[in-house]
Amino acid sequence: MTAQTIQESKKGRRFRLWWQSVWSRFDDVPLLGWLVGALVAVGLEYAVGRPFAQLLGMRKSPALFGFLFILKEPWLIPSAIVYVAVMYILPIAAVAKVTAAVANKTAAAMLRISTLLSVAIHLVLLYAVLHIWTDVLPYRLIVVKLTLIAIVITLSLNVVNGYMGEFSCSHPGFISLGAYGASVVTILLFDDPGPWLFPLALIVGGIVAAIGALLVAIPSFRTRGDYLAIISLAFTFIIKSFMENMEFVGGPRGLGGQPNWASLPVVFVVTIIAIWVINNFVRSILGKALNAVRDNEAAADAMTVNTRRTKMTAFLFSAFWAGVAGGLLAHVLAFINPASFGLQKLAEVLAMVYFGGLNSVVGSIVGAVSLNLLGEMLRPLEIWKWIVIPLMLILMMIYRPTGLVAFKEFDIVALLQPKKTTKGDE
Amino acid sequence: MPLLEVKHMTHFFGGLRAVHDFNLSIEKGEIRGLIGPNGAGKTTIFNLITGVYTPTEGEILFQGQPIVGLQPHEIASRGLSRTFQNLRLWRHMSVVEHIKMARYSKLTYGLVGAFFDTPERRRQEEESDEIAHRLMKELGISHLADQIVTNLPYGAQRRVEMARALATEPDLLFLDEPTAGMNPEELVEMMDIFRQVHEEFGMAIFLIEHRLRVVMELCERIQTLVFGEVIAEGTPDEIQNNPKVIEAYLGEEDIH
Repeated sequence: MTAQTIQESKKGRRFRLWWQSVWSRFDDVPLLGWLVGALVAVGLEYAVGRPFAQLLGMRKSPALFGFLFILKEPWLIPSAIVYVAVMYILPIAAVAKVTAAVANKTAAAMLRISTLLSVAIHLVLLYAVLHIWTDVLPYRLIVVKLTLIAIVITLSLNVVNGYMGEFSCSHPGFISLGAYGASVVTILLFDDPGPWLFPLALIVGGIVAAIGALLVAIPSFRTRGDYLAIISLAFTFIIKSFMENMEFVGGPRGLGGQPNWASLPVVFVVTIIAIWVINNFVRSILGKALNAVRDNEAAADAMTVNTRRTKMTAFLFSAFWAGVAGGLLAHVLAFINPASFGLQKLAEVLAMVYFGGLNSVVGSIVGAVSLNLLGEMLRPLEIWKWIVIPLMLILMMIYRPTGLVAFKEFDIVALLQPKKTTKGDE
Repeated sequence: MPLLEVKHMTHFFGGLRAVHDFNLSIEKGEIRGLIGPNGAGKTTIFNLITGVYTPTEGEILFQGQPIVGLQPHEIASRGLSRTFQNLRLWRHMSVVEHIKMARYSKLTYGLVGAFFDTPERRRQEEESDEIAHRLMKELGISHLADQIVTNLPYGAQRRVEMARALATEPDLLFLDEPTAGMNPEELVEMMDIFRQVHEEFGMAIFLIEHRLRVVMELCERIQTLVFGEVIAEGTPDEIQNNPKVIEAYLGEEDIH
């Protein structure tokens, strides 16, 4: 028995060593190199993906790396693995490795000219990758859009539940307010709206949500403790009932027919703006004041921090972005109803925040992306999905109680830096 | 005009009289001490003056302005800073972040700066960073700048709290048992730091202490508090020889 476990741990260690040795070959690849690799891979798939998939016996390219096959058509798993290896892994690895030296020089040169330029070029590349990848199958497009929106929602909730350390359950209410607010602007207020109205509609959605947040904040921020959790949970239910009883927005039947303005570039740009603004905020002293209030409010007060204003600002700010995300969501789905902003939504949002990691922008991005993709990948499991995902969350809470990437600062410049090469030709 | 003037301050917790007719006057640059046995109400007096509690009766003037009823952060930004008896550090924040945080009221870039990373914000954040590094150097904790405070030894944590309080640019600094839990070497170092900051920044200091050695060496005048009432006030020598003090306080404890 013990010999066996030792054997296994040896095997495990050998695997880990092998894995490390594989990764160490890519130590010198900067982010730019990975993006170029991904671009080549999705371009390759765009060009020959479909015939290649048919050659392997699949009707079309696997939508999410073949995960949807696992239960439905398990005999296709080997084909899916081959497909993923040939279409994604090999080209990305090869291009990243081959271009590493050039990519490093380019990354360094761009940062020397201006950080903004470097950020812009990386974002354009990232967008190009997403655009080409989602162009292959319409299903991917909706998954990517919903994932980007989930990032905004998760990040905004992390401001309150992570950075500020309160427990707010009102996010579905804010998303709902934002979704309805934006939809009212684009559907009901104007006869012949143009797409120029969309940014305005999103901002209106955000402001409506922020006003809702004010109603929650005034009674619940007088003291610390569980009050916010209880009041905010009640708020979510109140908003749901309120919307069900508002006939001019369709009552319980919901509101449909939102114009198709939430295209991928729009959602992408709004997400990037949200990440940028929220990251700016949490890295400033005014934003760090949230951490001070969370860790010791009396000390924060004694160190000149206006604790009440800090909490109010952060809560309204968080609600604003949830509202904007709600506006996007309404226009991506072109239909909203009160029932979709209830407890299930709350569970999803909280899961993404706590899975990804508290007090961390990267964590929220990781949490939103991984849980969203996981949810889609496990779709064939149907109702069992809701056993697998909570189980993963429980394991997470046991082994990493603060989440995957908690308490990390998101430093964009560090991310874009060229990597040191082992040869030292810098 | 004295820097801080407390007149006839009385405070009740429910039916319990915690502080009775407390009077205090601190001049610019003075070091003043407050001693008394456990539970005498020393920390309550700190909390009353710094705005944590509002006194039931009495008047408090800081730099000639009444400050009763103001929020603690308002009083702190007027130049009255403090440290805590049981260290109150922010457990997820690094040393340099602690000191920068105390610059909060000096920042003017507002929410626009916080959200959009304006040049003005960068300038002010850099300035705060410089001040933080200067203070860390002053207190000998530069090498700990990026450490999370919970990982630091006790003495270093005390210094962080001190640096944080100094970063608010106080005219008057309240120190609540700043040497509690320190060993003799740390105590000597800490007293040097008090003298050093007092000389350098010239602020007045109001000190609660248990260790008589510290108050006797540092303070020009001392008040003795027993059951919320001042029973004696005077120079260290006068206090040491006051029979009431000896009876109420010194008699119970070893004099170090």
